[in-house]
Amino acid sequence: MDVNMTRIRPYGDTLDDGYMQLSFTLPVPLSAEARKAAEILAEKMGLEDVKVVYAHSIADSFSFFVVYGRCIHSVDMTAIDIPKVDADFMSYEEINEFIEKRIGRKIVVVAACTGTDAHTVGIDAIINMKGYRGEYGLERYPWFVTYNLGSQVPNEDLVAKAIQVDADAILVSQVVTQRNIHIDNLTHLAELVEAEGIRDRVLLIVGGPRISHELAIELGYDAGFGPGTLPSHVGSFIAQALERSIRNRAEAKGAYPCQMNP
Amino acid sequence: MMRLDIDMALVDRARWAASRIADGIQPTIDAYTTTSIERCVLRLLGVNGVDENDVPLPNIIVDQAQASGLLEDGIAYWIGSAMLHEGASLPEVIARLSSGKLSLDKVRPQDREGVEQTIQHEANRVCANITQLRLEREQLITELNSTVPPYLYIIVATGNIYEDVIQAKAAAKCGADIIAVIRSTGQSLLDYVPYGPTTEGFGGTYATQANFRIMREALDEASRECGRYIRLVNYCSGLCMPEIAAMGALERLDMMLNDAMYGILFRNINMLRTFIDQHFSRMINAYAGVIINTGEDNYLTTADAYEEAHTVLASQFINEALALRSGLEAGQIGLGHAYEMDPDITDGFLYELAQAEMARIIFPDAPLKYMPPTKHMTGNIFKGHLMDAMFNLAGVISGQTIQLLGILTEHVHTPHLQDRYLAIENAKYIMNNARHLREEISYKKGGIMEKRANEVLAKATSMLEQVADISLMSAIEEGMFASIKRERTGGRGLDGVIRKSERYYNPFPEIFMKEITSCNFSPVLWGDEVKG
Repeated sequence: MDVNMTRIRPYGDTLDDGYMQLSFTLPVPLSAEARKAAEILAEKMGLEDVKVVYAHSIADSFSFFVVYGRCIHSVDMTAIDIPKVDADFMSYEEINEFIEKRIGRKIVVVAACTGTDAHTVGIDAIINMKGYRGEYGLERYPWFVTYNLGSQVPNEDLVAKAIQVDADAILVSQVVTQRNIHIDNLTHLAELVEAEGIRDRVLLIVGGPRISHELAIELGYDAGFGPGTLPSHVGSFIAQALERSIRNRAEAKGAYPCQMNP
Repeated sequence: MMRLDIDMALVDRARWAASRIADGIQPTIDAYTTTSIERCVLRLLGVNGVDENDVPLPNIIVDQAQASGLLEDGIAYWIGSAMLHEGASLPEVIARLSSGKLSLDKVRPQDREGVEQTIQHEANRVCANITQLRLEREQLITELNSTVPPYLYIIVATGNIYEDVIQAKAAAKCGADIIAVIRSTGQSLLDYVPYGPTTEGFGGTYATQANFRIMREALDEASRECGRYIRLVNYCSGLCMPEIAAMGALERLDMMLNDAMYGILFRNINMLRTFIDQHFSRMINAYAGVIINTGEDNYLTTADAYEEAHTVLASQFINEALALRSGLEAGQIGLGHAYEMDPDITDGFLYELAQAEMARIIFPDAPLKYMPPTKHMTGNIFKGHLMDAMFNLAGVISGQTIQLLGILTEHVHTPHLQDRYLAIENAKYIMNNARHLREEISYKKGGIMEKRANEVLAKATSMLEQVADISLMSAIEEGMFASIKRERTGGRGLDGVIRKSERYYNPFPEIFMKEITSCNFSPVLWGDEVKG
């Protein structure tokens, strides 16, 4: 199939036919006019050959539509550049071995759901012994020391704990994202870490169902992990990023620790 | 029809162990009161409102009483003393306390008998009011048609109570039987109840008495329009369990999420505080004819639903035993469970169905509350809609009472209007299409499902016996539930636990228990369809 990467369009059953499906609700009773409104709306969105294939009244005052149409737009994918988490994902054993050989001491991690967020599912999956999807959490790794502070932790407490235990990494989980509350909270945490003067010696990492690495970088974090992240992904990143930063600091001082030699 | 053949001797053993567990903790519960219970007593006696800083008046009065060391006698004792001391009526005393003209530590303690006579009268009046509201509900249930179970339970969570009303009414018109207003995230950890109608919230809407009233009124309207009684649910959990129960009783809420251990395990609320609060809150719920919903589904949000299935059953037994001790009837105890197994498991549906059938057999009179897949919902709304369909099928086959509908956009956002419509359409289609399947099928003797159910039962029984041997609080300290360890003196809210004095007085438990345990007390909970 001859796909032009500079002009990507949706694929229905023929290359570049542009077929898309969408469904939405209009806050009006169902009528011929409402159907037409749905069609016009889809056309304004850049669809042509619009077909309202299903329309149904919801509670007398709303109308639900399923619509098909052909998208007139295309995208140049060669012009897209997305930051990705810079790490080679390793297994449980590989991570422990990596830390033992290349860092030579245990990595200290503090973690929490901060702000008003009470959902610890994500942070528990990454940190707690039990882990997630058959993988152990970082607590189980002999070369990690972890502190999971739980839910609704004030950012101040998280940073204070990080300083107290001389943490290498701060992990923050944000599940609730209504009205972008997580952005405010994450920005506040980043500023706090900066203000405490520990930004250069701690990895700042955020995770959550609505979190992307791109967003994390934008907010001044070192990495962002979205849905489907496993403990070993986070573990790999922390180990490799920490090793890099230790090496950079050592190089800056002119020293070169012997265990860095392969 | 042959149902799953479950070892009933083992069920008796499990129930006996749960009973020992509840008996073990009851003396502790009886020896203490909490700030939330005392605030609740004030609310029941008519204290409401906030000061100029939005601090609720019950908090102000109880905090002062606690600081003066008066709370061990019960706030009712001191309110009664104040009435006698000042020669004033209850509303007058409340007004003086609210405006700061009177402080309880300036009141001379009065003779206990006199106090009782004074307060008893007021308490009886409040309780008569709650009974009236219960009868009002029963009248509506009897008058309006009722659909057949499983009842369709739908969530609204816009953060704005007025927007919630629009969404709730739309859901009712689509066929929802039960509307739950999700609370704003973090409310469970507030040691006060916010006041007035609210239009801002995160991931939900604040539970306030005004919001309760606004939604109940809207649903009464919807009930009349739809010709069936639409039930309202809120959260009787967190640090203000008793107060929320009182608010629910006064605004005719129909169901309350009200778990004995949820706050301890999942919100890190102190265990003593939680056990004491849940007991009193459940008495109120029992008296008000409210159906409680327990939160066993939460055990499966981090733990694996297949591996940890027995913890759900064990918790159901404990919730039942504790609820019975608060005077709830079996028909008011909506034990929870969930359809949360990994969809990739071969025969996963059989294991889910085995679990659901088992719960139905072990708790025959409980209005079981079945929770939908959430953990393995991915954002693939198409597969998610199918998973919800399988869940609905399991619900109708196993005869669940309350079906919390799965939403195809779980894991994406709080439900949109059309998401709810699609969820209700899904459930109605399947439950109608397979309505009497339950009566037509039987399960294979010694088959996968029967074996599975008995395995889970055996594991739950042995866990319960272990817990009974070491006591519930020690078991929680050792992390036996949900693999979460909580210290007896840890968590939030311990500072609000107070040992009762000799002259401690709270008029309500006696009034409640006398009525609840009388043979005439039999709240109408559903229409005729369920009884048959």
